[in-house]
Amino acid sequence: MTEILAQTPPILHGPSDKERKYDRQLRLWAASGQAALESANILLINSGPGTAGIETLKNLVLPGIGKFTIADNAAVQEVDLGVNFFLDESSLGKSRAQCCTELLLELNPEVNGSWNSTDTASLQRLLDVPEGFTMIMYNLPLQPEMLQVIETYGRQHGTPLVAIHSVGFYSYFRIALPGTFPIVDTHPDETATTDLRLLSPWPELSEFSSEMTKDIEYLDHHEHGHIPMVVILLHYLNIWKEEHNGAYPTAYSEKTAFRELVSKAMRRDNPEGGEENFEEAVAAVMKHVVAPSLPSSLKQVFEYEHKDEQQSKSSFWIIAEALKEFYAEHQRLPVAGGLLDMKAQSNVYIQLQNIYKEKARQDANDVFSRAQKISGDVDIDQAEVEQFCTNARFIKLINTTGEEPPSMGQIIERELGNDEIAAIAGPEMPMSLIPIYLALGASSSTSAASADDIIAAVLEKAPALRNNERLTQVAQELSRAAGGELHNISAVIGGMVAQEIIKIITKQYIPIDNTCIFDGIESRCQVLRL
Amino acid sequence: MAAEKDQRALADWKPETPPSPDLTEPHRAAAKAAPTLPNSYSLPSSCTNASPKPPASLTRLSPFLVFHFNPESIAICFTMSVETQRAADIAADSETIRWKYLDQIRRNPGPMTDPMAVEEEFLAQFEKFKIFGAGGLGCEILKNLAMSKFKDIHVIDMDTIDISNLNRQFLFRKSDVGKFKAEVAAKFVEQRVKGVKITAHNNRIQDFDEEFYKQFQLVICGLDSIEARRWINAMLVSIAEEAEDPDGIKPLIDGGTEGFKGQARVILPSITSCIECQLDMHAPRAAVPLCTIASIPRQPEHCVEWAHVIAWEEEKPFPKLDKDDPEHVTWIYQKALKRAEEFNIPGITYSLTQGTIKNIIPAIASTNAIIAAACCNEAFKIATNSAPCLGFENNYMMYSGNDSIYTYTFKHEKKDDCPVCGREARPLEADPNMTLQDLLDSLAIRPEAQLKKPSIRAEGKTLYMQVPQSLEEQTRPNLSKSLKDLGLENGQEVVVTDPAFPLEFNFYFRFKRESS
Repeated sequence: MTEILAQTPPILHGPSDKERKYDRQLRLWAASGQAALESANILLINSGPGTAGIETLKNLVLPGIGKFTIADNAAVQEVDLGVNFFLDESSLGKSRAQCCTELLLELNPEVNGSWNSTDTASLQRLLDVPEGFTMIMYNLPLQPEMLQVIETYGRQHGTPLVAIHSVGFYSYFRIALPGTFPIVDTHPDETATTDLRLLSPWPELSEFSSEMTKDIEYLDHHEHGHIPMVVILLHYLNIWKEEHNGAYPTAYSEKTAFRELVSKAMRRDNPEGGEENFEEAVAAVMKHVVAPSLPSSLKQVFEYEHKDEQQSKSSFWIIAEALKEFYAEHQRLPVAGGLLDMKAQSNVYIQLQNIYKEKARQDANDVFSRAQKISGDVDIDQAEVEQFCTNARFIKLINTTGEEPPSMGQIIERELGNDEIAAIAGPEMPMSLIPIYLALGASSSTSAASADDIIAAVLEKAPALRNNERLTQVAQELSRAAGGELHNISAVIGGMVAQEIIKIITKQYIPIDNTCIFDGIESRCQVLRL
Repeated sequence: MAAEKDQRALADWKPETPPSPDLTEPHRAAAKAAPTLPNSYSLPSSCTNASPKPPASLTRLSPFLVFHFNPESIAICFTMSVETQRAADIAADSETIRWKYLDQIRRNPGPMTDPMAVEEEFLAQFEKFKIFGAGGLGCEILKNLAMSKFKDIHVIDMDTIDISNLNRQFLFRKSDVGKFKAEVAAKFVEQRVKGVKITAHNNRIQDFDEEFYKQFQLVICGLDSIEARRWINAMLVSIAEEAEDPDGIKPLIDGGTEGFKGQARVILPSITSCIECQLDMHAPRAAVPLCTIASIPRQPEHCVEWAHVIAWEEEKPFPKLDKDDPEHVTWIYQKALKRAEEFNIPGITYSLTQGTIKNIIPAIASTNAIIAAACCNEAFKIATNSAPCLGFENNYMMYSGNDSIYTYTFKHEKKDDCPVCGREARPLEADPNMTLQDLLDSLAIRPEAQLKKPSIRAEGKTLYMQVPQSLEEQTRPNLSKSLKDLGLENGQEVVVTDPAFPLEFNFYFRFKRESS
């Protein structure tokens, strides 16, 4: 039962300089995420005041992105110094791309950067470099022909694109991923990950539990007060079953009654007047006495229909197929393997932890051998399968292709409908930010426009917004900025874009799907799939 | 908490020259300010979402602020030659061009702008706005304030630069490690942004008194400890409550981050919900019971805590524990590893050891950028009235980037029984049979109290005092007595104080069950 500790001999020297420098972020995305960042190559195609993109790069250079390139044909003017921090007096008249690149590189000696004074022709040449780009972001407004070059490149090379637009107090960014984007390492909240299988215990777990509780009445106070709550629950679930024709408590009222049963079993005649482990058991009933179910996000993975033959041969989809087979046969998901902390004697807890780990390993091996059969000549990594099984309940698909996305007209109608409800519901329910997106979009090729021009351009695409007060207000607010950026708003959006780029590059956490609108007057965001 | 440790380490350090704000006492109005919003209150009316205020709100320009005209610019006026005049014109021109985007927003009212915002007097006043910034978000805040055209900024930070700051505190380089953060950051931004004056204080916020804080119009904090937040909050509420004119109300903007999450909030001291009202939003993490650490460890963290608390005390391998000294951390790591092997507990690493003993909170550049900029955006709106700000209505923005992007911007309500800005005593749930020691221990972990060194007294009766030593010794026997035996009754009021906060916490007992 005891596990041989899989610990490497202790490393006596402390962490390296690099580990120390990146310590606070390695705790979020680990060495694997860091390695992905360090091999990424990001291109920024800048235009207009162009601060949001530079702020984004700052937030990528600091955590150690591999390489960045700035393409921008502007020369630094006085007005840039009032909005862009990565320029100074000595930059005036020089290439803005060059000056920003140089000052950004000061932030982290481990990062490479280059620049390019771009027009449409040289952009094409820049894009044709053999190593390619991990992601490309571009600042709006941009000349339509350049936009076309970028979009064509993104489509042909499967490169994720990020469009950023920041004017006055308003801003949005939109991510275009090349296809369905699956994430395994979604980092769910720790409290959500516990998977105790109390209603479907396997023989080893049941045996361990009944062995511990067979003389539960006669245990002394110390022993009784240290039975792990998992064992307590398994024991009283058996008692419940005996009293209820073999059925588990599933309805809310049954669970309440079961909780009462556990609570009554707590000893109160001991010196403490109660037992912590029983309190933990009582508190765990509602959350952990649950029948296993298939989360909708995983169901989506199982039911996914491939449009692209090549895609189905990626390791993700092979393991997903293996997991689907596993589920079809066992009618349950693999055991995740983790065990939350609970009051228990050390050795008892470790034994219990190993029972969960061992089951998780068996299940992962089962999935692994299925995956190998499916894969043919594709190499499947066992560690990847293990991670897949551990996180199975939290796997997520972003930018799912295949389903027909709603049209802009339908989205606007839905948002206007929500606004009608919001108007009645009061401040608790915020109004849609889609007018901001549309108004910014109406000025995506020209910097300054009058409110009337903006409204007219929006109505052309979205006639449903005719006489919409909120659109009028947003258009006036937007035109007031005359295409100028406010540093703070561009810094907010630059932080958000950097977070999203990090999530996409590291394939950790869950990126937006696919547009985030920020209202700097009300200080809030809305994410929409557009 | 990492920051707390740092503060303790430098607690003895005092500035060489005590701060002496070059300010005269604010003009004293005749009547004592009412606790409610005075009529002449001049916080930008954009905060109120109410109808525009008359120019009376320009009373914000208090007498001492007029006195604060930059004497240098006046001197130049008298000695100006033709050539310097031309140079000055060019400088003024370039200054105008430089801030074109920002002034465009300030001079052209939008549909939600307070019309007062574009009056020349009000526009001119912005240049003299004096702002105070502090904390781990300091680099971002300084950059953003300077890029928002604030000209007179004070920054405070008692910390020195550590290598682990370099992944996000972007004004610092490897060669700056060991130097004072405030000093390096101030110098960098002054060099980069022409015309901004940044005064650095290498201090703890607690080193300064009311007179110091009264000189600012606005305080913006990205502090990394709850205690420092509570202190500055209590200070600003106290200034607001004692003030006889609306200048005493210094909006407090607070930002904080953890990993991909953060929050930004605006507090109008004495008027809206304060940090103490919101304390239960930052509940402390449940501590591991000492008996688990001492005898039944189950998690790697339990082994680290054992090495940190128990083994270190027993063996004293170094005279004083320095959690930043790799040698000290390695000692704890190895001890923890040995204990973990004894109990078959997997998962001890150096990184986990360090994270556990320092209570390290993950921090990244991008989240800090979002939260600091959201805070500075509010500062800009408050100072310019160019758009409605958070404050009277919604006052709190929560941000989460773990799963897509989610913000929740809402109004946190002021609490009448807030020990800082409220008027009422708050209930203190207790069992009359519990000892005074148990009660005091519970104050540290109750989310609404979080007091680590409490002293307590009832009317006419000192129950326990931490200081002075004589009183501590005298009152110590009370600790083992039950509340009942101390003669305390249900509903009775008690006053709790803690050296970390310049205020009294008023409670009344609400006994769980009457003793038999």
